[in-house]
Amino acid sequence: MHDTIASPPAIRFRDRQIEMMHGAGGKASRRLIEGLFAPILCGSPAEPLGDAAEVHVNGPPIAITADSFVVSPLAFPGGSIGELAVNGTVNDLAVSGARATALVVTYILEAGLATEVLEREVRAMSRAACAAGVTIAGGDTKVVEHGKADGMYITTAGVGCPIRGVKLSARSARPGDSVLISGPIGDHGITILLARGELDLEADLHSDTRPVINLVEALARAAAPGLRWMRDPTRGGVATTLNEFARDARLSVHLREEAVPVRGEVRGACELLGLDPLHIANEGQFLAIVAPEYADAALEALHGAPGGEEARIIGEVREQPACAVLASMAYGGTRIVDMLVGDPLPRIC
Amino acid sequence: MCLAIPGQIVSMVEGTAHGALVEVVGVRRRVDVSLVEPDGIAPGDWVLIHVGFAMSKIRADEAIDQLRMLSVLGEEEAAKQEARGYFDEESP
Amino acid sequence: MKFTDEFRQPELIARTADEIRRAADPARHYRLMEVCGGHTHAIYRFGLKDLLPPNIELIHGPGCPVCVLPMGRIDDGLTMAAENDLIFAAFGDMMRVPGTHGSPLEHKARGADIRTVYSPADALKLARANPERQVMFFAIGFETTAPSTALTLMRARAEGIRNFSVFCNHVTIIPAIRAILDSPDMRIDAFIGPGHVSTVIGCRPYEWIARNEGKPIVVSGFEPLDVLQAVVMILRQLQGGEARVENQYRRVVPWEGNRAALQAMAQVFTLRSYFEWRGMGFISQSALALNDAYAEWDAEKRFEVPGIRVTDPKAAQCGEVLKGVLKPAQCKLFGKECTPENPVGSLMVSSEGACAAYYQYEHRKEELISIPA
Repeated sequence: MHDTIASPPAIRFRDRQIEMMHGAGGKASRRLIEGLFAPILCGSPAEPLGDAAEVHVNGPPIAITADSFVVSPLAFPGGSIGELAVNGTVNDLAVSGARATALVVTYILEAGLATEVLEREVRAMSRAACAAGVTIAGGDTKVVEHGKADGMYITTAGVGCPIRGVKLSARSARPGDSVLISGPIGDHGITILLARGELDLEADLHSDTRPVINLVEALARAAAPGLRWMRDPTRGGVATTLNEFARDARLSVHLREEAVPVRGEVRGACELLGLDPLHIANEGQFLAIVAPEYADAALEALHGAPGGEEARIIGEVREQPACAVLASMAYGGTRIVDMLVGDPLPRIC
Repeated sequence: MCLAIPGQIVSMVEGTAHGALVEVVGVRRRVDVSLVEPDGIAPGDWVLIHVGFAMSKIRADEAIDQLRMLSVLGEEEAAKQEARGYFDEESP
Repeated sequence: MKFTDEFRQPELIARTADEIRRAADPARHYRLMEVCGGHTHAIYRFGLKDLLPPNIELIHGPGCPVCVLPMGRIDDGLTMAAENDLIFAAFGDMMRVPGTHGSPLEHKARGADIRTVYSPADALKLARANPERQVMFFAIGFETTAPSTALTLMRARAEGIRNFSVFCNHVTIIPAIRAILDSPDMRIDAFIGPGHVSTVIGCRPYEWIARNEGKPIVVSGFEPLDVLQAVVMILRQLQGGEARVENQYRRVVPWEGNRAALQAMAQVFTLRSYFEWRGMGFISQSALALNDAYAEWDAEKRFEVPGIRVTDPKAAQCGEVLKGVLKPAQCKLFGKECTPENPVGSLMVSSEGACAAYYQYEHRKEELISIPA
């Protein structure tokens, strides 16, 4: 069936300079990665690019990933850059089907950064690493001139052991598969937006940053043979991540709008600013595509695990329209859910 | 041109001429209420917010009225059809 | 009551959609124009077209203040900001709109001081917080937004804040509707009237549309039930051969408008004799400028305006889409040279532009053979 569906055209990166939108996780980011980095560094990979890769070093496969963390403000309700760095890498490995065992960390520090701020972040990383069951095995530090690093930038690389029985690939998805989310969306991105203070909004919200490996393992125990694909919807939100899946799988995702869990405050902030919760970043959630005969078991497993109580089935995979994501309203209207070009911008119109 | 959202006035902001704290599903923002003050506003009132200014007071009575009107749509037609049905049954 | 979810109830929506099917004459093809870009966005966002019978066609009007802004005005604003080292403050809607040498965000990437604000009051706050810098607020919007700019200017004046100015691109809705009705290739049966503009101007300004042009106009809210109810009201008028102004959005729109808002506008603004609308040419008495009393805060008087005029590429059919003559997908550039990543015209950038809304929410849906419930 798949060969009758048109494959998306090859991407070329033609922009003359790098803009903020290239880092926002949306279409522009994808163009940069697929149009510039991948052709030079990876040739033509057989599988679509994922969050982590498997490498072999004289033995069983090791999962490896890298990530970088740039956030302003450095600390916000619910967490700080240090925690994001650890959890982000642990989660990249988790959604690639591996349990993280060790991280290495590099810090790029801005001259003028207060030592107590740095210490706070290093302690936060240590705590987060403990909670996630990983060791921080080493790292590096550089200092750059004042004005060049927003306080600090952190990069991490992580290695882990693939979870047995889990084999993930977008191409293994089939029409009829269920789409699951581990919990409510939009908490992190809206928290950051409010924490910047420019919009003068207050709400009782905090980032959802947390390691999801325990939830992933619970899911794997209950549904590994039917678990097709996972990813964490970070920058660009659920919309971007599902569009990436739809493209890679050459299938369609149909969401039920009223099934997507969103906290009231996130909804309120999005309404005020004209934003769509589906485009907002998450740091403690993941999406899973599961074969229909395993969907109920998968959901039950998540509900039974600490932190998974708000997991939901939010839609299903279909054949058409290929490479697109649709959302339907309870009353029957439907709309396309597209990837954004760059960061979501508040609007007044 | 017109992203305007309903919000509820929580309190007036002390020390400002026309500031009110308004809440939209748990999110709070300071909003300028100059344009609705002439109608008289108080905590608990609902207003329509656009670019940080309250544009209009929202009238719950009109909202309820509208919803009620919509909830009986089709009933008049259904009643007519039922009446017609009786009539047909009675004809010899 | 929260005034949102109640107007999205599936049961009531189904009822109203049924009523639309009952009220629509199957022998007739209806062409209804929603004037306001906010309605275009709502229609696509909520999938409302799926609920209408095929003989009701929705035509998108020009009520999108970003879409109708000529590219030259963006160039002017960015040039003034660059030449005078200004802090350029504008709504998020403006940030990705292409100027000749890039959008405001692209200028920011090259080092310009460009700030996104949610409110004109926030732009004034920037001026207070940066007394050594000049802040220029790039004001856009119809009558919904103009009163807020006016109040902000009144505040600037009252507080003696001198390092603040406004580059005024506010436009008015009635001349746009008139231009549509005067257009020879248009055939509109009725209008879905702009709900939030009407909170300011009220419903009276539309009376000539019903009386002189014989077209019903129903001022409508933006929730699914609002738009659907407005369509019912329009159909009933058309069935009865009537043409009246009706107010569907009664919970928010006062028939007489908002006097305080109109007074604020009268105090600060004057009508320009003419203004260029992108894709629609020069329209007289269709835009606002700061009046003499506020000359000191008028960016066009304080700084030299280059007066750049840019003609759109011939292939771009922004004007026809704005007037509803063409649907977005009928423009030759749609989806090819003109996409949200590489917008040629501002209808593709503005979130309420017909092209962006259609691209974002709709254009792949045609591939579906049927949409299962």
